Amino acid sequence: MATLLSPHSGERAYYEGMHTVRGLWPYISRHRVGLVLGLLLFIATNATALLGPYVLGRAVDALHAIGPGPVLLDYAGLIIGVALFQGVLEFGARFTNNRVARQIEFELRNTIFAHFQRLELVYFQRRTVGDQVARAINDVQAVRMLLGPGFNNACNTAISFAVTIFVMARIDLKLTLYAGGVLPLVTVVFVLLQARVQRRYRAVQDQFGVISARSQENFSGIRAIKAFVQEEAEIASFRGVLGEYKERSISYARFSALLWPAMALVSGIAIVLLLWLGGNDVIDGRISIGQFVQFNAYIGQLTWPMIGLGWAFTLFQQGAASWTRIDEVLSYSPSIADRPTARRVATLQGAIEFRSASVDYGSGPVLVDIDLRIEAGQTVAIVGATGSGKTTMINLIPRVFDATAGVVLIDGIDVRDIPLEVLRRDVAYVPQEAFLFSETLAENVAFGVETATRSAVEAAADVAQLSKDVEGFPLGYDTMVGERGVTLSGGQKQRTAIARAVLKDPKILILDDALSSVDTNTEEEILHRLRGVMARRTSLIISHRVSTVRAADLIVVLAAGRIVERGTHDELVARGGHYGAMYRRQLLTEELQEQEDLEIALDEALPRRQTSEHPA
Amino acid sequence: MSAIPQDDEITGKSYDGALMSRLIGYLRPYKGYVGAAFAFLLLAALADLVGPWLVGYGLDHAIRPALAAHPGADLGGYRRQLLAIALIYLLSLLASAAFRYGQLVLLNMLGQSVMYDLRLQMFGHMQRLSLGFFDRNPVGRLMTRLTNDVDALNELLTSGAISVFGDIFTLIGIMVVLLLLNWQLALITFTVLPVLIVMASYFRIAMRDSFRAVRSRLSRMNAYIAENISGTLIVQLFTRERRNYDRFAALNRDYYQANMRSMFYFILFSPAVSLISSVAVAAIVWYGGRRILERQDLTIGALVAFLSYASRFFVPIRDISEKYNILQSAMAASERIFAILDEQVAVRDPEQPVVLPAVQGKVEFRDVWFAYNPDDWVLRGISFTIQPGESVAFVGATGAGKTSLISLISRFYDVQGGQVLVDDLDVRQVRQEDLRRHIGAVLQDPFLFAGTIAANIRLSNQAITDEDIRRAARYVNADRFIEALPGGYETEVRERGAGLSVGQKQLLAFARAIAFNPEILLVLDEATSSVDTETEVLIQTALARLMRGRTSIIIAHRLSTIRNVDRIVVLHKGRIAEIGSHDQLLASDGLYRRLYELQYQVGDEAG
Repeated sequence: MATLLSPHSGERAYYEGMHTVRGLWPYISRHRVGLVLGLLLFIATNATALLGPYVLGRAVDALHAIGPGPVLLDYAGLIIGVALFQGVLEFGARFTNNRVARQIEFELRNTIFAHFQRLELVYFQRRTVGDQVARAINDVQAVRMLLGPGFNNACNTAISFAVTIFVMARIDLKLTLYAGGVLPLVTVVFVLLQARVQRRYRAVQDQFGVISARSQENFSGIRAIKAFVQEEAEIASFRGVLGEYKERSISYARFSALLWPAMALVSGIAIVLLLWLGGNDVIDGRISIGQFVQFNAYIGQLTWPMIGLGWAFTLFQQGAASWTRIDEVLSYSPSIADRPTARRVATLQGAIEFRSASVDYGSGPVLVDIDLRIEAGQTVAIVGATGSGKTTMINLIPRVFDATAGVVLIDGIDVRDIPLEVLRRDVAYVPQEAFLFSETLAENVAFGVETATRSAVEAAADVAQLSKDVEGFPLGYDTMVGERGVTLSGGQKQRTAIARAVLKDPKILILDDALSSVDTNTEEEILHRLRGVMARRTSLIISHRVSTVRAADLIVVLAAGRIVERGTHDELVARGGHYGAMYRRQLLTEELQEQEDLEIALDEALPRRQTSEHPA
Repeated sequence: MSAIPQDDEITGKSYDGALMSRLIGYLRPYKGYVGAAFAFLLLAALADLVGPWLVGYGLDHAIRPALAAHPGADLGGYRRQLLAIALIYLLSLLASAAFRYGQLVLLNMLGQSVMYDLRLQMFGHMQRLSLGFFDRNPVGRLMTRLTNDVDALNELLTSGAISVFGDIFTLIGIMVVLLLLNWQLALITFTVLPVLIVMASYFRIAMRDSFRAVRSRLSRMNAYIAENISGTLIVQLFTRERRNYDRFAALNRDYYQANMRSMFYFILFSPAVSLISSVAVAAIVWYGGRRILERQDLTIGALVAFLSYASRFFVPIRDISEKYNILQSAMAASERIFAILDEQVAVRDPEQPVVLPAVQGKVEFRDVWFAYNPDDWVLRGISFTIQPGESVAFVGATGAGKTSLISLISRFYDVQGGQVLVDDLDVRQVRQEDLRRHIGAVLQDPFLFAGTIAANIRLSNQAITDEDIRRAARYVNADRFIEALPGGYETEVRERGAGLSVGQKQLLAFARAIAFNPEILLVLDEATSSVDTETEVLIQTALARLMRGRTSIIIAHRLSTIRNVDRIVVLHKGRIAEIGSHDQLLASDGLYRRLYELQYQVGDEAG
């Protein structure tokens, strides 16, 4: 979380970033008024900052002349007045600039989020969630730092350096060249050191990640560690991880500790030069003592902007690299989107046809020449071993993926010509892994519809056999799901996902092994209820259980991406092929009658026994 | 993703003597570092004090006398003096830079060494704590203790505690110099101090509070994005894009507003400090100027030096106020760290352990009473004996006490009443390490360590040869999938076995159990619907082989496994309801029979 950049994206990304940063232009342009106003305020702030030392210098010179008290009081008042004025301007400048940067951050993050929503599943499957979140959070922050403090410091330094040097040069050109000439060295030292410091910092952060991962692994596996007496081995390996961290941290400290002393030294040298050269100037009468003091104050004022410039340089590097990472997201155009040729389809009937549909993403064929016609209202079951292409096949219907060859049609129309919104409104899909959001149970069930009454939610939950479980939750349907509420069992999650699909009242229902964690009896009940709700609608069901698929109008057997058998349960059993073998295996070993587990069955059996229970 | 655990909130306690002295104990081995860092710190602060005084001295003793000298007089002496002063200034700069660098490096070495010690101590201690501790504390919390909390302490050491002394020293040094230069002027300058201190602490609190609000909104937004990406498929298929976008935009706006509030304080602080210091400067100019003009008891050089010192005056005060936050969070962190270190080891090895001879494998429970929480009994007077080589299955509802029973054999917990005996020895009489060497466990979630496949079978037992590993894998049918992996036995298992299927992980766990060849085997056998039929058959046969010739205690979910064991124990609410073989239990019309019939009927329906 703390690293702004992944370790490898550094240098190269920086140079690429230079070219792509212009992608930020629309955002900058939209806020140009704020940005220009901020810039003007900065100029005003710096101009005012010059007045302070000037007043001070005049005051010191006044001490040489014969002057009455009131003059001094005027100077004192001027000093405070200038500071007050400068403070107001500085606050205004930084506020304006930071607000613009924050607004751009807000807009940019919204844009990224909206774009995420348009990207297809494949995009996210090839990337880690953490990395994508980092782009929307950390990288956007880095871009904001570039536009806020980065822009801030760069302008500030450029303006204050130019103006201050100009004023100094008018007092004494030679002295300005020597003393002021040293100051840019502060920036150079900062940038040179900072690059090395950053590299070591990343190495430290990486190792910190290793410590986290190791300890997490250890704590979550503590039972196994104790069971196999691995405590000492774990300690020894952890010691190694910690040792490496310590070493990297100290190597980081050796460089980072140089930063401030080195810069203090360089800016101090400017004072030494002033003392020697400026002192002689005073002796020779070229400048007054007041001007000497004024010079001293200017050099003090310039040190910080010089460091700020170095910092701005780092921010620019990081911001540009981050922008590259953001641009990667934004310039990725989703391949699953409405085509210009999309037809005006208002609603679907539910007849599905696969016409020579094949899928091959370059790593070997996943689906080969699938031909299948499903009439509206039919129930079709798909069986086959893990990896035979079942999920890929049904994913083509709601366009999770597109076929790479051939077409999938609904009601005779290529799915790619049906507006996505219509397609997905009328198709309900329950994936293998039920995904619930950290919201209430009711919100999770009503996820796919704009508005749903409580009774509609309850009816859907009833079909999915969820209602009984809900009664046991503290807040019923208003119970939060996930970390902040109840943790649902696998079966409960699957049943919630089914209720969600039922509530949508779809024309086509797809269940992808969606009852695997539900015990057989409950599954039976769910399927029975579904048949009522889904009458005259099309259903596709993937399952490993014969009990689930036997009642289907048609069973399709997939092997290695091809349809190898099709027919009803009785036909296929009679034929004695793949399906027949699968059926026999299941008969022989009842193990595959997956129970939610024995306990549930036992729990149901227990109350009947309790009366005759004898003490153990 | 980065949700901040609520129990990590700063408790508000800022200083606790007992905690502090315990913390100082960790510095003891590094007295040298502490002493040297402290010395460097003082030297650097001294070197820094020299500068402004030199400028003032140069003005008064070289520049002004030269100006006042008769026209035509030789000014060489003054110039040489000026050069000498400039060179001394340069020396003081070099010394300051060197001392500061030394001090920073030393402090970092100190901090890193203490962190290393502390983390190792915590980790080692946690390895010795019983499972009860891990039941009570979620993994995330323990990780936070080990990572972030220790980091907070490091912050205190490297940039907090010791540099506070430096700041105080600098402050006192400046005050002394000011008083020496002109005590009246110094006192006038000091009048702005109370204002400054009050203001700094006001800003400190405002910044801290507003920053907390920013952090909590950030973590909310973070979690929302992560959830939406993980649930992309559902969001899209259920056409929720618009509504989720609106929710996100609201979270994003919350974050923006929190930031704007926080930023307000941050950018107001520096102009505010500048304003107050300008008041001090004005006071010096006005009062000091009058002293120069009216009483002539102050020099211009001294005034210039005064102004320089006054501007440096404000830096340490600002720093000290920042360090107060560091101190506060370090105190809270150390409280949490010490709570872990003070956690009593609940399951201890005996003072004089009985050496466990070659184990036969007899397991006996004698009137065992056990509870995780006082009076909430999980096992109520369990007694049974399992002979060496016998296989026994435990069945019962969730909460019947099966898992607890198995945990007691390995002595993951201690019983409250009765005895658990292995080969007629109370498990509390032997060292845990010796006991567990003879017990193999195949757990519900087969745990894999980061490392190769081979390392996962061998663990740290170097006595197990490569050939042993292969033989073990072959014996439990794991060889086929292992050899199909790109690196075979040397394939790296990624984090928590990602990349291997559940079935494969289970087979690997079996191979591990075989390689260790324990006399007693404990199996927690989960019904996994996601295992395909073929793997299922492999697991079945492997399990049968695994149980052959050793005492096997099984919590089974597969009927075939249960049917094959010698005896079945039916647990109900912490008591034994029935004991017998499969056939015996079927014959007696009890709990088991109902259960079995239910299973059988379901199977029949499918056929």
